[in-house]
Amino acid sequence: MIGTTGLVFNEPLLWELGAPGREAYSLPSREVPEHPVDPALTGPGPDFPDLSEPELVRHYTRLSQWNLSVDSSMYPLGSCTMKYNPKTNERQASLPGIANAHPLLPDDLAQGLLRLIFDLERWLAEITGLPAVSLQPAAGAQGELTGMLIFYAHHAALGRPRTKILIPDTAHGTNPASAALCGFTAVPVPSGPQGILTLQTVADRMDDDTAGIMVTNPNTLGLFEENIRQVADAVHAKGGLVYADGANMNAVLGVVDMGAMGVDVLHLNLHKTFSTPHGGGGPGAGPVCVTRALEPYLPVPRVAREGSRFTWRDDYPSSVGRLHAFYGNFGILTRAYSYILSLGAELARVSRLAVLNANYIQAGLKADYHLPHDRPCMHECVFTDKRQQAHKVSALDIAKRLIDYGFHPPTIYFPLVVNGALMIEPTESETKETLDQFIAALRAIAREAEQKPELLHQAPHHAKLRRLDEVTAARKPCLMG
Amino acid sequence: MKEISELNFPENVRYSKDHEWARPEKDLFVVGISDYAQDQLGDIVYVDLPAAGSKIKKGADFGSVESVKAVSELYMPLGGAVVAVNTQLGDNPELVNSAPYGNGWMIKVKPDDPGEYQQLMDQKRYLATLKG
Repeated sequence: MIGTTGLVFNEPLLWELGAPGREAYSLPSREVPEHPVDPALTGPGPDFPDLSEPELVRHYTRLSQWNLSVDSSMYPLGSCTMKYNPKTNERQASLPGIANAHPLLPDDLAQGLLRLIFDLERWLAEITGLPAVSLQPAAGAQGELTGMLIFYAHHAALGRPRTKILIPDTAHGTNPASAALCGFTAVPVPSGPQGILTLQTVADRMDDDTAGIMVTNPNTLGLFEENIRQVADAVHAKGGLVYADGANMNAVLGVVDMGAMGVDVLHLNLHKTFSTPHGGGGPGAGPVCVTRALEPYLPVPRVAREGSRFTWRDDYPSSVGRLHAFYGNFGILTRAYSYILSLGAELARVSRLAVLNANYIQAGLKADYHLPHDRPCMHECVFTDKRQQAHKVSALDIAKRLIDYGFHPPTIYFPLVVNGALMIEPTESETKETLDQFIAALRAIAREAEQKPELLHQAPHHAKLRRLDEVTAARKPCLMG
Repeated sequence: MKEISELNFPENVRYSKDHEWARPEKDLFVVGISDYAQDQLGDIVYVDLPAAGSKIKKGADFGSVESVKAVSELYMPLGGAVVAVNTQLGDNPELVNSAPYGNGWMIKVKPDDPGEYQQLMDQKRYLATLKG
C-alpha cells in the first residue's frame, strides 16, 4: 500500500493542558508611562490556560498532523483546484509594508499598495480578455452575486428589468443560488448528449424576460463548452448577457480569451486558479471582470491612476455599490500578485499541464472505472461508481478508502447530472510519479471492491478518525460545544 | 444502492417520471417519493414541504428532499391544493427511507382535475422506465 500508517498522537484540548504560572511568551518591558484604565474596561480577563512554549508548539504541531493538506499530499478535489500554494507568496504577503498597512492610510502613504491593486486588475484583464476589473468580492459566490447585481443594473438601466436566468445542469451549484439571492428565477438548461450545451436548448429558453445565462466553462463535467460562441450570440440576440463562472479557469489560463468567447461578466477564484490558500487556509477572493460596456456598474471604491499617482474614487453613479469592507481581501490579492509575477508568460503552461495531468489520470483509470463521457477532458475528469455498484461499493466508500492510501478523496456525487460521480482534479502541481501512485491506488481500490467490498465499507482504517456518521450529523446537528 | 428487483413498487399507487407517487384517498391524493427515489438519494436528512393551503400546478416543485449527497426538488404529480402535510417528517426524515409509501408520505392534495391521476404511470410502466 502506498500510504503508510504510523503513530498518530492524541492531543487533549488546550484547556486540559498546562498549569497556573506557566508562560509561553514574555511581554516586552513598558516603553510608555503607566496610565489608568477606565474601570469599566477592566475585569478578571479571559480564562485562558497557562501553557509553556513547548506545550503550545506541540499542541498545534500535533493537530496539524491530523490534517490532510496540499503540503502533505495530493488533494484532487474536483472543481476546487487544490493546487500547491507557493511559499514565495507567503513571503511577499508578510512583508511589513504590506502586512502592517492600515486600511485607513491616506492615499499618499499607500501608493505602493494602490499600485498593486491597479496592476493586478490590469493583469487579470489581460488574462481574461475582459478590460475592467473589481478585486473587491470576497470569494467566488460573492463574485457571482456581484455579476448578478450587474446583470440587474444593466437591464434596469435599459428600463426593462428581467426576471429569469438560464442555468445549465452542468453549472456550479452556487450559480442558481447567487441568481436567486439577486431575485432572479433560475431556469435549468439540460446539457446535450456530449455533456455540453447545444445552441438549440439555449435558444429555445432565451426570451425577453431572461436576463442572460450563467455558464461554467469548462463545465463541471470537465468538458469545454464548444458551442459557447453560438450560445453567447443567441443570448445577446435577445438582449441577454453572458456570465462565465471562472471557477474552472485553471483549464484555460492564457489559452482562452473570455471576451472573444462572448462573455460579458466573469468572476475568478484567486484561491483556486491563482494559488492562494483555501479550504480552511485563508479567505478567498473573487474578482469580477467585465466588458467596457458594463464597467460603470462595478463596485466602488475603485483605484484610478491620475498621472503617476494612484487614488481611490467612488464617483461612479451607476455602480452596484460596495460589497466588502475596505478593498477586498488584500492579503490574498498580494499572494495572487506574487504568483502572476513569479510565472509571467509561463502562466499558460499552468493550464496545459493541468489539462495534461487530468487526461493522464482519465486514461490511466478508464479500464477500472466507468467513464460517462469518454472524450478528452480539460482540467478534471469525472468517473462514476457504476462498476463498483455491482459489488455494493459506492463512490463514498471509494473516497473513504483513498484516505488509507494517503490521498485526499476526490469530489463525490457532483456534478449532479452524473450518478455516483467521482470528480478528479489533479492540478498542474503533481509530478508524474505522484499521478502514477494515485492511479495505482485507485486501481487497487477497484480490485478491493471486487474481492473485499467489506474493507471499503469500513474505510478509512488508518485515519485518526474512522467513518464518521454524516447522517446523524446532518439529521441531528450538535450546534454547540 | 439496491437492484431494481430488491425495491418495492406497490400496484395501488401511480408514478411520475420524476419518481413521485400518488395514491387516491377518498377525494384526495396522497403524494410521496418512490422506493427507487429514496434509494438513489440515500439517507434523507431533511424534507422541505409547502404550507397547507398552497395551490401548486402539476409538474411545479412543491418542496425538496436533502440527503447527504444532494438536495433534490419534489415535483407535483398532479396539480391542486395541498390540504395536509406530513409534519412527522420534520423530526423524522428517515421515514422517507424506511416507509416511502407509508409513514414517509409527504402531502395530501385536493386535485384540480382528478383525471390527471390516470395520466401517471402504473407500476408496470414505471418499472419499465426504470429498467430503461
